Amino acid sequence: MKLGVILSISKTHLLSRKKQTAVAALGVTFGIGAYVIMMSFMTGLNGLLDGLVLNRTPHVRLYNEMEPSAVQPVEKSAEFNEHKQLVRSVKPKQSQERIHNALAIIAFLKKQKNVRGVTPVVRSQGFYLAGSTRLGASLQGVDVMKEVEFYNLDDYIVQGKAEDLATNDNAIILGKGAADLLSISVGDIVQVSNPTGDIFPLKVVAFYQSGLADIDKVQSYVNIKTAQRLRGESVHFITDINVKLNRMEDAPEVAKDLEKLFDIKAVTVQEANAQFETGSFIRNLISYAVSVTLLIVAGFGIYNILNMLIYEKMNDIAILKATGFSGKDVRMIFLSQAILIGLLGGLLGLLLGYGVSLLISHVPFDTEALPTIKTYPINFDPMFYIIGIVFALISTFLAGYLPSRKAQNIDPVEIIRGQ
Amino acid sequence: MSKALEAKNINKYFRKPTEFHVLKDISFGIDHGEFVSIMGKSGCGKSTLLYILSTMDTDYEGELYINDELLTNKTPDELSMIRNEKIGFVFQFHYLLSEFTVLENVMLPAKKLGKKSHEEIEHDAMSKLKLLGIEDQALKLSSRISGGQKQRVAIARALINNPMIIMGDEPTGNLDSKNAENVFDIFKSLTEDQGLSLLVVTHDNDFAERTDRIITMGDGRIIS
Ligand SMILES: Nc1ncnc2c1ncn2[C@@H]1O[C@H](COP(=O)(O)OP(=O)(O)OP(=O)(O)O)[C@@H](O)[C@H]1O
Ligand SMILES: [Mg+2]
Repeated sequence: MKLGVILSISKTHLLSRKKQTAVAALGVTFGIGAYVIMMSFMTGLNGLLDGLVLNRTPHVRLYNEMEPSAVQPVEKSAEFNEHKQLVRSVKPKQSQERIHNALAIIAFLKKQKNVRGVTPVVRSQGFYLAGSTRLGASLQGVDVMKEVEFYNLDDYIVQGKAEDLATNDNAIILGKGAADLLSISVGDIVQVSNPTGDIFPLKVVAFYQSGLADIDKVQSYVNIKTAQRLRGESVHFITDINVKLNRMEDAPEVAKDLEKLFDIKAVTVQEANAQFETGSFIRNLISYAVSVTLLIVAGFGIYNILNMLIYEKMNDIAILKATGFSGKDVRMIFLSQAILIGLLGGLLGLLLGYGVSLLISHVPFDTEALPTIKTYPINFDPMFYIIGIVFALISTFLAGYLPSRKAQNIDPVEIIRGQ
Repeated sequence: MSKALEAKNINKYFRKPTEFHVLKDISFGIDHGEFVSIMGKSGCGKSTLLYILSTMDTDYEGELYINDELLTNKTPDELSMIRNEKIGFVFQFHYLLSEFTVLENVMLPAKKLGKKSHEEIEHDAMSKLKLLGIEDQALKLSSRISGGQKQRVAIARALINNPMIIMGDEPTGNLDSKNAENVFDIFKSLTEDQGLSLLVVTHDNDFAERTDRIITMGDGRIIS
C-alpha cells in the first residue's frame, strides 16, 4: 500500500517530464545495449577462435618423446666427477614411440572422476600415391565416433560423413588440401603407402578442412586398426592418449600427476595454445571497458537529471513532508524514479542488444577456418542479459543514491519560509 | 484536563547570522474543539512558533504535547506519522503538488496513512472538496486553478485524515472577503460539529474577533 503511493508519485513525476525521462532511459539503453552486443559478439568470436584450436586440442596429450638422456654416462662415472665434462653432439636416446602399457593407462584414466573422455591414437607416417608422385601423409588412427563426440570432428567435415569411417577398416577421411592435390573426390580409392613401401588402397569417405592449409595437405584420419596395420603393429600399439577433462583448468595438475605416475610426456592444452587465453581475456576486457564507460556516462546523465528534478521539486518535497511523508518516503520517491529509469532503459537495452545481435548473426561470414560457419558467430548466453539488467539497476541506483539522499534531508521549514 | 495541544516553556534561538532569541518562554494550551487565533506584529515569531507546534521544526527548547502525548525528542519518522494522522496544515501560500490533479492532492495524505481503501479515500476526498465548494474542479490539474481555489484545496487536504487539530498560517490571506467568510464558517462548523481544534495565525481583526480566543504575541512572547 505505502509503496504503491510512493510509486504512483514517482510515476507521475516521470510521466510529467517525458522528454527528460526518455533521455535518461535512452542513456541506459545504449549502455546496456552496447554491453549485450559487445559481449555476445566478442564471446561468440572467442568461441569460434577457441573452437578453431582449443576444441580440437586434447586437454592433456600423453606420448613418449624422443629426447636425449638427462644424465649422460660420463656423469655417472666417479672417476671424472672432479673434472669439467663436455659432451658434444648428444643424440636422442633410442626409445619406443609406443606408450608402454597403454591399455592399462586408458583403463585407469577412464575411472577418474574429472575425466570426460579418453581416446587412444595411433600416429603413422606414410605417403599418398598418385601415379608416380608421392605426397607426404600423416595418418591419425582414431576412434572416429569419439573424435566427433569430444573434438567436434563433424564441424570440419566439408563433404561426406565422418561416421562412415567407423564401419570400414579400409577407409580414410582425407584433408581437403590433399584431395585437391590428388584430384580425388569422395567415394574414390586413394593409395596410401607406409614408410616401408607396402601399399594400402583406402576408400575416401569424407573430406575435412581444418582451416590450416598445411595441415589439410598432409593430415588424414583412419581407424586405429588401419593405422596399426600400416605400421605393422599389434592391437596394443598406441602412440598417443588424448584426455578430455571436465574442466580445462585442471589440465596442468592432471598432466603433472600423470607424468609422475606413468613416466610419460604429458602436454596440456594451455601449453599448446598459450596465446588464445590472452586473446580471449583482452577481448573480454575491451567489452567490459566500453560498456562500463557507456554506463558511467548514462549514470552521470541520470544523476544530473535527478539533481535538477529535486531542485525543481523542492516545494513538492516540503509539502510531502509537511503532510506526513517521512524523509525515507521522499528518498524512496526519487530513488524509485532512478530505478524505474534503469529498469525501463535496461529492458529496452536488452531488446536493442538482442535485436542487433540477431541482425549480426544473420550477416554472412565466410571463413576458410570453419567451413560449417556461414554467418557471424553470436553467443546468445542468457547470462549477458541477466548481468545487463542487474548492471543497469545497480548503476542507476548509484546515480540516484546521492540526489535522493539530498531530498531526504531537505528541511521543509526552510522551503516554506523561503516563499 | 485533556488538551488538544499544549506548549510548555518553548524557547527558540536562531544562531545565524547572529544569535537571536525568537521565541521566549512560550506556554499555552488549546482545548478540544477550541478555535484559537494568534495575532501579532509582523516578525514577532508567529510562523516560527507554528512550525514548532506542527512538529516540522524540532530545534527548540521546552516541551510540546499533542493530545497529552509528549512529542519533544521523538524521532523524525514518528513525528511524520503524527503529522500525517493528527495534524492538518494550511499555509498562507497554496502548497499543492502541481503535476497532480486536485483530487489526487487531497487524497495523498490518506494514501500515506493507508487505513482506507482507494475507493473510500476517493469518496472522502470528494466530500471534503464538496464541503469547500470546489468539487467541480476535482479532476483538473492543481496548477490550472485559481489562487483562492488552491487555498480551499489545501484546506480540504488538511481535513482528509480527520485530524485532531488544524493549524493555519494566514489561511485566508489571499482570499476575497466572501471566500474568507466561507472558510471561517467551515472552520467554525468543524470545531462545533466534530470537536476539531483550530489554531490560526491571522492579521485579519474581524476574523480573529469571532474566534473563541485570541493569543497576542509581541517580540517573541505571549502578551495576552
Ligand atoms: N531562518 C532564519 N534565520 C534567522 N532569523 C530568522 C529566520 N527566519 C525568521 N527569522 C527571524 O525570526 C523572526 C520571526 O519570524 P517569523 O517568520 O516567525 O515572523 P512572523 O511573526 O510570522 O511574521 P509575519 O507576520 O510577517 O509572517 C523575524 O524577525 C525573522 O527575521
Ligand atoms: Mg509568518
